[in-house]
Amino acid sequence: MSTTAAPSGRFGPFGGRYVPETLMAALDELEAAWAHARDDADFHEELGALLRDYVGRPTPLYRARRLEAAVGAGPIYLKREDLNHTGAHKINNTMGQVLLARRMGKGRIIAETGAGQHGVATATACALFDLDCVVYMGAEDVQRQALNVYRMELLGAEVRPVSSGTRTLKDATNEAIRDWVTNVGDTHYIIGSVVGPDPFPRMVRDFQAIIGREARAQMLETAGRLPATVVACVGGGSNAMGIFHAFVDDADVELVGVEAAGEGVDSGRHSATLSAGSPGVLHGALSYLLQDDDGQVAPAHSVSAGLDYPGVGPEHSWLKDSHRARYVSVTDDEALAAFHALSRLEGIIPALETAHAIAHVSTLGASHGDRGPILVCLSGRGDKDVAHVARVEGRDLPRG
Amino acid sequence: MTASRITRRFSERAAEGRAALVPYVTAGFPELDTTGPLLEALADAGADVIELGVPFSDPLADGPTIQASSFRALENGVTVARVLEMVRAFRAARDTPLVLFTYLNPVYHYGMEAFCRDAAEAGADGILLTDLPAGSDPELEGALARAGLDPIRLLAPTTPDARIGLVAQGGRGFLYYISRTGVTGARAELRTELADEVDRLRARVGLPVAVGFGISTPDQARAVAEVADGVVVGSALVQRLEAGGVEGAAAFVAALRGAMDGAD
Repeated sequence: MSTTAAPSGRFGPFGGRYVPETLMAALDELEAAWAHARDDADFHEELGALLRDYVGRPTPLYRARRLEAAVGAGPIYLKREDLNHTGAHKINNTMGQVLLARRMGKGRIIAETGAGQHGVATATACALFDLDCVVYMGAEDVQRQALNVYRMELLGAEVRPVSSGTRTLKDATNEAIRDWVTNVGDTHYIIGSVVGPDPFPRMVRDFQAIIGREARAQMLETAGRLPATVVACVGGGSNAMGIFHAFVDDADVELVGVEAAGEGVDSGRHSATLSAGSPGVLHGALSYLLQDDDGQVAPAHSVSAGLDYPGVGPEHSWLKDSHRARYVSVTDDEALAAFHALSRLEGIIPALETAHAIAHVSTLGASHGDRGPILVCLSGRGDKDVAHVARVEGRDLPRG
Repeated sequence: MTASRITRRFSERAAEGRAALVPYVTAGFPELDTTGPLLEALADAGADVIELGVPFSDPLADGPTIQASSFRALENGVTVARVLEMVRAFRAARDTPLVLFTYLNPVYHYGMEAFCRDAAEAGADGILLTDLPAGSDPELEGALARAGLDPIRLLAPTTPDARIGLVAQGGRGFLYYISRTGVTGARAELRTELADEVDRLRARVGLPVAVGFGISTPDQARAVAEVADGVVVGSALVQRLEAGGVEGAAAFVAALRGAMDGAD
């Protein structure tokens, strides 16, 4: 089975370009620039050098033996995307898109951000290439991710809080699209996940696919075989698509996406789009969506700002419906427990988003048996979440 | 196929040498029960076609005014079914053409064919989906083309020449030309290139061209009426409605009408 988007930008029935007319020309321009860059050795050389010398790739593959012992399954390998410059996988995509923006002659960059990781990665790339940078962030996320707001400002970006709607990632994305519609002539919109109108879902996936390419080669070298299972958290789904992509054609490799169940899928306060949503159109693509009986987008909830999104990338919808991947969900409490567990067992404080993937692995235990290695995308580090977790757990950290 | 109510209205205005006035209001704003009397007052004040917004939770083509009106309307409990009731009540009272202005998802969720059928049956005449651009979805666009409603298509200043034919082809009733890149919202000034752009467009397409986005004063409406077949006023009207109620909104529409009719 091929998951490559057809020329129409579809993954099965999902994806597409459901945008205001004003953006259609810009999407054509972006598609053409991407098609050209993808076949251009100079582009890959420039991007490859940046990823190696500036971002710090390849990232290590690390065997987490104490986690294995605690879980009772394994071996467990962690793909250490947290060790990238800026602390998450997001920079793989922003480096690629900033190079594309330069090729298109766009001097102004906008982005949306939830947890702030994509905003920081975008601000970083813009600092490096001296581009104007505006990051839209939900007002609620500005509160719970204050550290990342300050990091973006240090890097020279302007952070614009968005107070409409649910004041989270969904609304930040709306506002970024509004900015793009208004300033489309000189502005490139760096979407941070495998969402949005075509060509973003396949382009962002291709920029993130380096995660899976490296991990696949590292597994073969280190473990002498492919993983039995690949696990990654899914909000929009970019780290998951990034690590899944290299394994999609390996029919024996199970792909598992972990969504945020928030306070429980039955509570109505969750972000488990693939587990509990239905097809709909948001932010330019047809995909699974959390929505009410009248087609209004339902508010998502997660302790993790990066997963707090009622949509999901269209390729994930297709991987689900075609049964190539399966999607599970873990609650806020399970994720918080995994956040602590990985910190104590391995000395790695994971991002709260990433903690969802760890939480799922923690439930595998004996059921996994001797099926073989588990590969987990450790998508980001948790420094940004420390103050938030302390608050959630009722600890008052002294102001530093 | 007999000419639709929208087509007839544009033809009548054209025969009189006048531009059509197309006000927009959000259904269920500021209160659920405002919309009924409001629609009738707008029709009586000189509206030729009324765009009735079906609120969506994520109005990404709209500026702050229409966003706020949409959120308020949703809080008031407006639903697709309630909007269709409003359409039915209005149609029993007036014959002014009505266009439902919304985003794809509420319609997709309802079912495109079912929505168009029920809306036409209630008395709506056209449908404008801001995020279903020409060529994006042959299946949904096919259903739209077969519907008993005029699909109103949008053209933007960024639409390449090569796309204009494709966009115009799928449209009926009139074409809606977006006066500038950006979201909806009142603006102090119109772009100077607008007249030339509309001229070129009218020469290319076989439909009346209405211009909207940013038109906020009677003077601007008069200027646009000189070059276009129709003038759409949305955010500025929603602001008047919020400040001055149905009476204030109707007075504003009457002022727009007066300014436009003095345009020849």
